Parts: sequence; structure tokens; C-alpha cells
Amino acid sequence: MIHSLFLINASGDIFLEKHWKSVVSRSVCDYFFEAQERASEAENVPPVIPTPHHYLLSVYRHKIFFVAVIQSEVPPLFVIEFLHRVVDTFQDYFGVCSEVMIKDNVVVVYEVLEEMLDNGFPLATESNILKELIKPPTILRTVVNTITGSTNVGDQLPTGQLSVVPWRRTGVKYTNNEAYFDVIEEIDAIIDKSGSTITAEIQGVIDACVKLTGMPDLTLSFMNPRLLDDVSFHPCVRFKRWESERILSFIPPDGNFRLLSYHVSAQNLVAIPVYIKHNISFRDSSSLGRFEITVGPKQTMGKTVEGVMVSSQMPKGVLNMTLTPSQGTHVFDPVTKLLSWDVGKINPQKLPSLKGSVSLQAGTSKPDENPTINLQFKIQQLAISGLKVNRLDMYGEKYKPFKGIKYMTKAGKFQVRT
Amino acid sequence: MTDSKYFTTTKKGEIFELKAELNSDKKEKKKEAVKKVIASMTVGKDVSALFPDVVNCMQTDNLELKKLVYLYLMNYAKSQPDMAIMAVNTFVKDCEDPNPLIRALAVRTMGCIRVDKITEYLCEPLRKCLKDEDPYVRKTAAVCVAKLHDINAQLVEDQGFLDTLKDLISDSNPMVVANAVAALSEIAESHPSSNLLDLNPQSINKLLTALNECTEWGQIFILDCLANYMPKDDREAQSICERVTPRLSHANSAVVLSAVKVLMKFMEMLSKDLDYYGTLLKKLAPPLVTLLSAEPELQYVALRNINLIVQKRPEILKHEMKVFFVKYNDPIYVKLEKLDIMIRLASQANIAQVLAELKEYATEVDVDFVRKAVRAIGRCAIKVEQSAERCVSTLLDLIQTKVNYVVQEAIVVIKDIFRKYPNKYESVIATLCENLDSLDEPEARAAMIWIVGEYAERIDNADELLESFLEGFHDESTQVQLQLLTAIVKLFLKKPTETQELVQQVLSLATQDSDNPDLRDRGYIYWRLLSTDPVAAKEVVLAEKPLISEETDLIEPTLLDELICYIGTLASVYHKPPSAFVEGSRGVVHKSLPPRTGSSESAESPDAAPSGGQAAEQPAVIPTQGDLLGDLLNLDLGPPVGGPPIATSSVQMGAVDLLGGGLDSLMGDESEGLRSDVGGSPAMGSGSGFAPAPSTAMPANLGAPLSSGLGDLFDLTSGVGTLSGSYVAPKTVWLPAMKAKGLEISGTFSRQVGSISMDLVLTNKALQVMSDFAIQFNRNSFGLAPAAPLQVHAPLAPNQSVEISLPLNTVGSVMKMDPLNNLQVAVKNNIDVFYFSTLYPLHILFVEDGKMERQMFLATWKDIPNENEAQFQIKDCSLNADAVSSKLQGSNIFTIAKRNVEGQDMLYQSLKLTNGIWVLAELRIQPSNPSFTLSLKCRAPEVSQYIYQAYETILKN
Repeated sequence: MIHSLFLINASGDIFLEKHWKSVVSRSVCDYFFEAQERASEAENVPPVIPTPHHYLLSVYRHKIFFVAVIQSEVPPLFVIEFLHRVVDTFQDYFGVCSEVMIKDNVVVVYEVLEEMLDNGFPLATESNILKELIKPPTILRTVVNTITGSTNVGDQLPTGQLSVVPWRRTGVKYTNNEAYFDVIEEIDAIIDKSGSTITAEIQGVIDACVKLTGMPDLTLSFMNPRLLDDVSFHPCVRFKRWESERILSFIPPDGNFRLLSYHVSAQNLVAIPVYIKHNISFRDSSSLGRFEITVGPKQTMGKTVEGVMVSSQMPKGVLNMTLTPSQGTHVFDPVTKLLSWDVGKINPQKLPSLKGSVSLQAGTSKPDENPTINLQFKIQQLAISGLKVNRLDMYGEKYKPFKGIKYMTKAGKFQVRT
Repeated sequence: MTDSKYFTTTKKGEIFELKAELNSDKKEKKKEAVKKVIASMTVGKDVSALFPDVVNCMQTDNLELKKLVYLYLMNYAKSQPDMAIMAVNTFVKDCEDPNPLIRALAVRTMGCIRVDKITEYLCEPLRKCLKDEDPYVRKTAAVCVAKLHDINAQLVEDQGFLDTLKDLISDSNPMVVANAVAALSEIAESHPSSNLLDLNPQSINKLLTALNECTEWGQIFILDCLANYMPKDDREAQSICERVTPRLSHANSAVVLSAVKVLMKFMEMLSKDLDYYGTLLKKLAPPLVTLLSAEPELQYVALRNINLIVQKRPEILKHEMKVFFVKYNDPIYVKLEKLDIMIRLASQANIAQVLAELKEYATEVDVDFVRKAVRAIGRCAIKVEQSAERCVSTLLDLIQTKVNYVVQEAIVVIKDIFRKYPNKYESVIATLCENLDSLDEPEARAAMIWIVGEYAERIDNADELLESFLEGFHDESTQVQLQLLTAIVKLFLKKPTETQELVQQVLSLATQDSDNPDLRDRGYIYWRLLSTDPVAAKEVVLAEKPLISEETDLIEPTLLDELICYIGTLASVYHKPPSAFVEGSRGVVHKSLPPRTGSSESAESPDAAPSGGQAAEQPAVIPTQGDLLGDLLNLDLGPPVGGPPIATSSVQMGAVDLLGGGLDSLMGDESEGLRSDVGGSPAMGSGSGFAPAPSTAMPANLGAPLSSGLGDLFDLTSGVGTLSGSYVAPKTVWLPAMKAKGLEISGTFSRQVGSISMDLVLTNKALQVMSDFAIQFNRNSFGLAPAAPLQVHAPLAPNQSVEISLPLNTVGSVMKMDPLNNLQVAVKNNIDVFYFSTLYPLHILFVEDGKMERQMFLATWKDIPNENEAQFQIKDCSLNADAVSSKLQGSNIFTIAKRNVEGQDMLYQSLKLTNGIWVLAELRIQPSNPSFTLSLKCRAPEVSQYIYQAYETILKN
């Protein structure tokens, strides 16, 4: 099982170590540093690194490497999933997960890690339960603790850990009972030069914020459940009901959680809400090239496309770019060669465009590679797959909750080749 | 107010100050001090000096303080064992606390204190906690058993905790079940022989019930445990599959992959005609695709596993090509894996799309990725015949870009395309030649030279081109030099008139000016060939080359099947069985897929080799690079030497040379008959399969089988055999088929009437006929050597076995091995050379005239110094003295005298080894006690241990 955990920052300092079994010397991280040196960028450090006596499994998030050390055959996905869970927990506890924050709360971090694993076996990873065991630090609580001498460790047995609904604590009480669901879809797509779709898929999630008193039992049904043929559920969802009736039936955890995630595959036709017209050429003879892109709405079902951001990694040979946007602001970083253009809203009557010239390094040949354009956008009140919630019912409790559903479509990894 | 303040105290008296604070009366101050201590500890500062002061804070009602102290204890108890004892009492008391949280916390912490003295005190509280009324305590206690086992395995067994743990599998609480399974699995890993997780339909049912209700992590443990179960029939397999399928919709990717493993394994048992089989196949695709939308690290592991799955069952993902298309900001390790899978999924239906993508990738920035993309285009051409033309034109387009590394990579793959489709695309040679000057990498240069040599008759200025390379001959890498030598010889054979000078030049460069033995030897062979028999030279050098096939990069079916059982593990990431790399996996049991019930074996075979038509072709598997074992390179691979005398010196020398030259020159694309012996030793003429044509094209696959072969040392003492004459152990598998391209060898050793023999069974588990067998031993401790060549009269057809008794003698050359009775064997057939090692029981070396005179015995016994005496216990043997005596006599251990001292039988025995070493023994047998005491005296005491093993083997069988 998981032996030890090392947290390493971008400059290669180990700033926290935790051992769940015997202590593993931190020199084991030297193998990691070697791999880190070999990789050109932090993102490219391989996630599984063998060493003579151990294996190092790592994830890279928030500019921190979380490196787990294992000694025997352990499912690597188990370790990596767990590491991501650690990061999520830190984020949940401290708002952001950063080196400063972790150092500021080192004792809580240590306590939390101790509760998450026992001898390398996961113990409590649900943030609901963890927060019962170890209360997250808040300014108010710190003040109260100093005055009263009480602690931020819960002294109750986390009740949820034993019940059949381990994700929910008992005795939840709210004055305003509310349940909000956000249907969020991200489009991952690759569009080729000519504007036709090479591959496009939708990653959807339904995130919930449920603040309901007692032990409510909810059912959520869809207008078109057929769309969901590839789903992953939160453990609270009763799989049998879904199989037979295509209804989500569950006792929700308290607070924020991800009810389900789904995937609409590349084989279905995915509507592409925006297009990019581009004309980029690095001319051979002179050192001046042309650059022109226009963004326009495509299949938006009548909704407005907003929060549009265009970014593109220019080839190394590009010295500078002189561009004029019809709207929004743009930046070209001559060091990283990254062009980004914050477009904002798309007005279908007056399409936003960015035009100008590219100056190339004198004497170098025309760049071989064509820049790929990365696109970000948001569309409110639309689930691009067409998924619609039919109704939400509550059983088991008497009060009338306030219910709300929001839809949103975003760009995930949306790339346009030029 | 944050914790960072704890880091700021760096002044000198820090420890002293903390000490004072820890002993403060104020609770709050104490707690702050402990927090400071913990903070220092987390950053690796040594605060162990504060041990007694921190432990003093342990007896408190404050839960947080208690936890912090526990944290400290776990870290430092090992370095201060005497102090740690002080904490024991508090632990024992806490284990009785009314609050289950405290009880669980105490038992959890106790297990983490890795101090032997403390573990003894742990047993009683742990026993209570394992039976605690609160499941939270029980599940914590279950894990504690695993911890304790790690510290002191014997203690856990003696205390019967393992049985209690097994009982917990039937616990009413699913979390307890999951933790018990997890603990047992971990214990079982260090104990491969013990049958801890004895699964039967009832326990499986319990696990499946718990699976639905336990946490995600528990589900992983349970699924991994289920995967080890072997259902008794297809019906049971199907019902397990049905109950596991819902796990595919879990949000935790590790649960999904473990479920995929169970399904992939049990699916093997389902008949393909079953409707359910098709349904299951369909259900597997979406979760695998979903894994690819997770974080890149998860994607990487998922992709490595998908790579196995698409090789085993390509039908699952055949429509999902697009999800493997590379996004430009994927991390490089994800990109490379996706590319590999794209090629595996490439088919006539989707090749156009794939090629368009690959061409796109070839213009990206990352050099490694671009190279791999170009190479992928070549692999597509070889895999999908219909696309070859398009691939070649794509490659030509890429060459036109003139990007240096793209051009070089393209030339390397075009060479492979020529090998696959000879005489089809040679029109492009002209374009290739244009880029001759820009090639600076050895591999590309070698490929280009090969092309020029191979098609010399179509290239007008081939001689000029090759001559230009020759100018800087000494600066080239070996690869290029060898290739250049061969190419010029080819050119000479094709156009003898105008190139005589050139060939002489290169031959003299290679033979006279080079220090490289490979190059020199190859040069000499050519020279001799050309000077003695140019016609033969032509036949050898310009022999038709076997085609290469797409399967070159596939994992062998037997290995693939084993890896499928390891989906989701590190083995699946490395594509190697755990025995090959996991430390401490002594005697890992090889897992295998269950046999299909209901459908015949033949229905299975096309499945194993996806393109059935290729099956009969010679599979040219490109070897995985393993580590070479220096020792084995001394082996002579020629046919066994009939008589012993020559063996010692001449073979030795020849062998080094022969192997050195042979291996290096055998680059996959070279087929000239270079494997033949250099020095013209007798091996050459004996027709042992070194015929020039097809057999020589095999890659020199030494690494892979080597390293793994040595891992399997078999315990010869555990078998059951019959009692007639010298004891013969039952045959064990020495060389598994998956390590030897389908050749399985099992065998044993026997001694009959003074002659030793090695009884072998060779089984052909590959799809092609095997022939030209030969065997050779490495030098060993007792000079064991084959006394006759390995006689396999007819070629071995697929699925056929042959039994052979190979007579051995002991006049071979001697080298002390470790262990002493280790024997390293090389077996050759028409496919390759394979290595394995085995342990022979020493009693095959006990000679018939090993009976010593009584007086002589007494004198010798006294004469041998006492420090040479070794004593052993032979346990659980219920024979009486006479039976023992006669049994041992059968194996040439002679009883010289028998005495009865105080009710004990003392047997005095002697034996002699083939190399003349005498061993004297005293065997003490007590009628009431099944344990015998064996004292051995010998002038060479290092053999004693092996003699003892032989005694034990003989007596117990």
C-alpha cells in the first residue's frame, strides 16, 4: 500500500513528508528529481517512476508535485486517484492548495493525512467525514479556540463512517432547505484547417449543492435519459433504479458534491457552437507574415456565446506581432510566444476579429509548424448535448425544499488547427 | 495566526525551550508546544530528544493533544524503544475506553509503533478489538493485523490472528469485510505459498454483497481479490460478471479498471455465441473511453492498460479511434501512448483518418513525438496493406519538408516498408538519395546504406554513393560500418566488374584497420566466401529475406494472457509480469486466464493471433531489451560436444568470439549467414541449423528470456516420487513457454546404475514447427555436461511434446556456482536460443562405491576438524532406522554402522560425490520424535547444506 508521501514544489524542495509505514528516506526523491530534469516541462514528468526498491507515483497540481512512494505491487490508479483526492481535500479545507497554505496549516495537513490513510489503506476520504473529524481552520474558530482552549479536532465518532450511507452525516439541520443542481457540459474538440470537425465529445457533470434537513431521499429524472449511455455515479446513486427506470434515486451527501459525470462520445454528432476563420501565413521571402482570425457563432441554439478567450502558441521564429482587435484586449508575450486574446461576448451582427502582421526573426527560415488555436467560451442556460432535467422529487422528509437547476456549456480542450 | 509560525524558531535553544513548554502546567501552552514539535518533525528536523516530555502529555482527555502525541510516537518510537514502553499502559487503557473512536485510535496507533518489545503487549488488546462490538473498531483492528504481520509475521501466526482475520470476511459490516480482504491480500503478498484467501462460492457471494456497500477503496480491494478466483463453470463466471458490471459506472477510475480486469478475465470462460458475451463487450467500451477524460496521470495508466486490452480484444474499441487522437497540449507521455494505440486500432476502415492525423502530428514541435509519428506512418503501411501506397506518399511529402529529423526517421521506416513490400515502391529511391547528405544519425545512415546496397542494380551511381560513405569509414558508428561493409559486398556481387577496387578497399578497412571484432569477423567471412566460392557467396549474401510483418510489436500471446490478469497493476504499466520486476515477489504464482468452457480450443486460437492469416508465418518478434547476464555469454551455442576433452579450452575461446560476432551482427534487417562459426571449428559442418537462409534472420533475443529464466528456481525437494533406486523428483517446468517463444521445457534429473541423466519433456506451444534442437550447459560446480547431443528426431509440430532422456557425464569444465547445485542451460532451436537455470538434487552425484571401511570412517571422522561439522534437523519423518537405511542406500548413501544409545538409533553413513569428495554422516533417530538430527562432516563443508537437502528429499519421498 501507500508507504509515504512527499510534497515537492516547483523549485525541487521537499516541503512536507508523511510516512504511513516505516520511514522512507527522502533520498528516494532523487530519482524523481532526475526524471524532472529530463522532462522539458513539469507537466511532462512521467507519473510512474521505478527506483531500485520503490516506485514513485506522482501527480502534478497547483504547481506542486504530490509524490507517493510504494514498495509492492499496488494498483497505480488507486494511488493516483488517492493523490488527487488529497489535493481536492486540501482545496476543500483551505480554499486554495498552495505551498504557502500547506505550510501555514501544516498541523491540520498532517492530521488530515493521518486520517486519510492507515498503514497505507484509505481510511476516511469523504470530505464530509474528514471535516467532522478535523474541523477546517477558519478565522473565527481559531479565535474561539484560543479563548476557550478547545480544539479543531472533533471528539465524536464520525457517525457517517458506520451507517449504510457513509457519505451523509446524521442530524443535519437547515432553516432554508434548498437543493441546486448545475448541469455543466464541456466540449472537447479538434477542428481541422478547413473548419470540419475531426473529433468532438462532450464531458458532462451534474454538480449539486444540497442543503436539506434530515435524511431526504431524492429522485431526479430526465426528459431524454437516452443521451446518457456512459455515466459514472457518486456512490449514493442507486444503480439498480437507473438500470431499470433511468431515474437517479439517491440520499444526497450534505453540501457540495458531484452527482454524476457523463460522456457523450465522439460517435454521436456533437454541435459545435463557434467557428474560427483564420488566415495565418509566415511569408518566406520577407520577414513579415500575415495574421487574421475571426470568431463567429455556429450552433448556439439562439444563446449568446460569452467569455470567449483565444490563445495560441506561436512558433519560436516569431519575433513580435502587431495586431488590432475589433473588440476585447490581446497580449503577445515575446518570451513564451503565447498570444492570447480576451474577446468577451460574441455579437453575431458584428463578428470579433483580430488582424495584423507577424514579424519573424530575420534570417531564419519559415517555421515548419502551424500554430494551433485554443478556444475557451461559455454559454449559459444551454446543455449542448440537449440533456434536460424533467423533475426532482423528495421523499422521506415533510418540508418543501427550494429546488433549482442551471445549465451551462463550456469549452474543454477545444482546439482549432491552422 | 497560522502554523507557519512553528517553522520560524530556528535559534539555538529551541529544543530546550520546547522542553520547558511541554512541561508547562498550562494546557494551552502544552498543546502549542506539541504542535511546534510536530511541525518540526514534518519538515524532517530531529526532535527525538523530546521523547519523554511528549509522552508525558499523552495521558490527557484532550483528543487533539492525544492525536498529536500519537503522531509523534509513531515517528520516534523506533529510535527510543525503551521510552516507548512507557506508552504501552496508556494504549492498553485506551483500548478499553467506552468511546469507540478512542479504542480504534489506540489500536491503530499501537500497530504503527514498530518496536518488537511493544508488539507483545499489543496482542491482547488487538484480540479484543478484532471482536469489538463496534464495526469501526473491528475494521481498524483488521488493518492492524497487517501492520503487526509486517513487524513480526511469526507472532501473528502463532497468535491465530490470521484465522480471526479470515472470519472477518463473513462479517456483517461491508467495511470490515473490505478491510479484512485488504489486510489478507497484503499479507498474502509476502507469503505467496500460504493459502490465505481461500475463495469458494460462498465467500465469493459474501464479497459480492459487500462490494455493493463498501467504500470505493474497499471495492478496489474486493475486485482485485475476486480477480484471483477461478469460477467452476461459465455459469458462475457469468453471474459474477453480472454483479461486477455496475462497478463500471463508478466515478473512481481505479474501481473501474479493477472491474474491467475481473470482466476481461472471466469473459474468457464465456462462450462467444452467448448473447451476454456480446452485451458485455459493448459495456466495456464506454468506461474505458471515459477514463481518457480524467487527469493526465490517470490517462497514462489507463492508456497502458487499454494497450493490452486492444491487443487481446480489438473488437471492444474498434469504433473508438477518435478518442485516441492527440491534443497538442497533452503531456508527452500521454501523446506517445495514444499514438501507439492508434496504430493498434488502425484498419482499412479508418486508415485515411489515422494518416491525416499522423501527418498533422509530424508537424508538431516536440521532436520525440514527431519522430514517433513518422515511425507510426511506417507501421501503418506495414499493418494495413491497402494503405501502403498512401503511407509512402505521405512519407515522401514529409521528406520534402526537409526537416532534418523527419527526413531521417522517414528513411528508417521506408527501409522497413521495402522489407515488407519488396519491388513495389523502389521508385522513391531517387528522392531518398537526394537527402543523403543531410543524414547524420547512425540509424538513418545505416538504413540508407542498406537501401543502396539492396537496390544497387537500380541505382546508377550506387558505387559513387557508397564510396562517399567509405571516406569517413573510421568515424562511423559500428552499425553503419557493418552495414556499409555488407552493402558494398552486395554491390560487388551485383556489379562485379566496376566495383572490385571498392570491395577490396572496404574489406581491408574492415579486417586490417578495425579494432572491432564484429566488423573484422564479418569482413573475414566475406573475404573468404568471395575468394573461395563466389557462387556460394551470392547465395548467402543475396539470399531472399523473410518478410517482416506487422506483428513485430505485438506482445506474445502467452505473456499477453498473463498481463490481462494483471490489469490495473504496475505490471500492466510496464507490460512485464510482476516476477520480472517486483521486489520480493518470491515465487510469484503465474496467473493465467481461465480456459473457455463450452467452446473448443480451436475457436480460441484466431483470437490469440488477431490476423489468422499471418499465423503460419515466422513471427519475427522484436526482443524487449533485457539485461544480459555476463556469465551466460560464455556458453557455447554450437551443437553439444560429443566427447569432453575438447570442451575445456577451445570451445571457451571460440564461444566468446562466436557469440560476440553473432549477436551484434544480427540486426533485424540483416540476413546474411553470419551466425556460422568464425574460426572454422567443427561446429560449422554439423548442420545444426545455421543454414544461411531463413533461420538466420532471427533477432538475437537474449535479454528477455534470460533475466526471467533465472528467476524461476524450482524447489526440487517438494515433489512426490516413487521409491525405486535413486529418487527421481517429478518433472517441473524449467522454461515456461511464454519466455521461450512457445517452447516449454520441463524436466528432472535421475541416476540409474551409475549413469546420470536429465529427463526432459519439450513441448511446442507456438504456432510453428520447431526443429534443430541443441543443448549446452554452462560450466558448473560438478562439471555436469551432456554426454550426447540432444536427439530430437522429428521436427516438433505445434502442440506436440517429446520426451527425451539426455545422458550426462561429469567431466565437463568446472566453475563454482552459487547456489552450488545451480545449472545454467542453453537450448537452441530454429527460432532462437533460450536460457534457463535449474537446481539439480545433489544425490544424482552420489556414486555407487561410496561405502567406506569402518576403520577408515572412524579415522576420517576424527581427522576432519570439528568446525567442518554441520548439523541439520530433518523434520516430520516417521520412518524407523532400518527403513531409513534402506531408503538411503537406494540413493547411494551407505550405512556403515548402527548403534543404539539411550534409546536413540545412531546411523553412521558415508557417501562419495562424483568428484571424489567424501561426506560422512551421523543420523540420530529417536523413536518418539519425528525429527532426525543429521550431522555432516566433510572436507569441503560448503556441500553439507546440499547433502542435507538431498537427505531430506530422499527421506520424504
